[in-house]
Amino acid sequence: MSAQQPVLQLQNLTRVHGAGATEVHALRGIDLAVYPGELVAVMGPSGSGKSTLLTIAGGLDAPTSGRVIVEDTDITTASVKELAALRRRSIGYVFQDYNLIPALTAAENVALPRELDGTSSRKARVEALKALEEMGLGHLADRFPDEMSGGQQQRVAIARALVGERRLVLADEPTGALDSETGESVLALLRSRCDAGAAGVLVTHEPRFAAWADRVVFLRDGAIVDQTVRSEADSLLSGQVAEA
Amino acid sequence: MSIRHGLLALLERGPRYGSQLRTEFESRTGSTWPLNVGQVYTTLSRLERDGMVAQGGEDAAGHALYAITDSGRAELRTWFEKPVDRTSPARDELAIKLAMAVGAPNVDIRDVIQSQRRHTVKAMQDYTRLKAQALIAVETGGARERDDVAWLLVLEQLIFQTEAEARWLDHCESRLIRLSATAAETGSATATTAGGATGGAVGAASGGTAGASTATAPNGVDATPTEAASPAGGAR
Repeated sequence: MSAQQPVLQLQNLTRVHGAGATEVHALRGIDLAVYPGELVAVMGPSGSGKSTLLTIAGGLDAPTSGRVIVEDTDITTASVKELAALRRRSIGYVFQDYNLIPALTAAENVALPRELDGTSSRKARVEALKALEEMGLGHLADRFPDEMSGGQQQRVAIARALVGERRLVLADEPTGALDSETGESVLALLRSRCDAGAAGVLVTHEPRFAAWADRVVFLRDGAIVDQTVRSEADSLLSGQVAEA
Repeated sequence: MSIRHGLLALLERGPRYGSQLRTEFESRTGSTWPLNVGQVYTTLSRLERDGMVAQGGEDAAGHALYAITDSGRAELRTWFEKPVDRTSPARDELAIKLAMAVGAPNVDIRDVIQSQRRHTVKAMQDYTRLKAQALIAVETGGARERDDVAWLLVLEQLIFQTEAEARWLDHCESRLIRLSATAAETGSATATTAGGATGGAVGAASGGTAGASTATAPNGVDATPTEAASPAGGAR
């Protein structure tokens, strides 16, 4: 894994809101690299900077200082046009409230970022159907958002985030509006997409969902204070486990 | 106690010999609580003494077989019917450690909390990885399916337990921050008593060791209201 190039790199990232007496340091010198095949969870109390981190990583907000490198592009110095292209081609977002377009079917929602990127609608649909199939959602292709459960919508949103060549998915409390078991199936899907080679960053305050990640990063007052890496499966509990 | 009843439950399916019972107990529980053959035979001889099992012949390979008796069956029924006692909680080292850390000299309680949180979340990551494997095993079915389901339930119990602990740690931390903010506001006159107040609060929190009562997110302000979650029943 370490021989590979990170999909996302945050280097000495800071973000200050306001100025003078009302100045708030939302992020203080964040360094983080996320590799292909890796799911990183960011945990921390409210106000610790987790959502700010994610919006800056996705180019939706600019840092006060520091660099954000997605694939090979530094998005802090990219032009507006380059940034827009990167957001269409390289970065997928998953929000708490799904954000599917109600007037479009699941397949059309997933095809949308490809079409916006100039792919023909026929090809975009083929890619969308492939993405949905890969995630076991083929049967939902022609359903509209209001014909799907919350969990189904969120899984379609993950398909949309990873359609085409995109390898980076940024998920902000993706299970926030879901019951416990459905939330878990959404995490299992995200996990399997990362196992298939995507890089993921998951912001959550739920330890049970963060536990699906390879790495859990603890944020406090805008700084990474600690992190944990899961063990290799073989070393867990005892030998019995391997055959479970 | 649970080994005793675990063995009775296995024997209810038919006569078995000692090491067979050990294997079956472990495959049900994924070796989370490993048994040695000695424990199995000690437990069996106590059960025999109490009239709940009886030795009944040998299998083809010459293993001495044990069978459950009627009073063993009655004992087993009672065990399934009666809830596990929670009124006298087991001693919990973490709760004791935090209670002692409050106001202790040269101890930063937030460091104690964070190092435990790292450890607890890591354990959850490991259990969750095993659970993902167990889920696949259950979904693909097979001869060992009953064992796989049992193992999945045990793993999920470990996950829920560590989750309760992680939430309780979050809760302790935010409680301590709030209390020290309050102490700062009320001024230096009461600051000297703040340590005592904090001690009481954490003592009370650690009383609820089971942690289930702290299941709400400590950072309630984070909970953005969202549209009603759709039922997910049709998701599969």
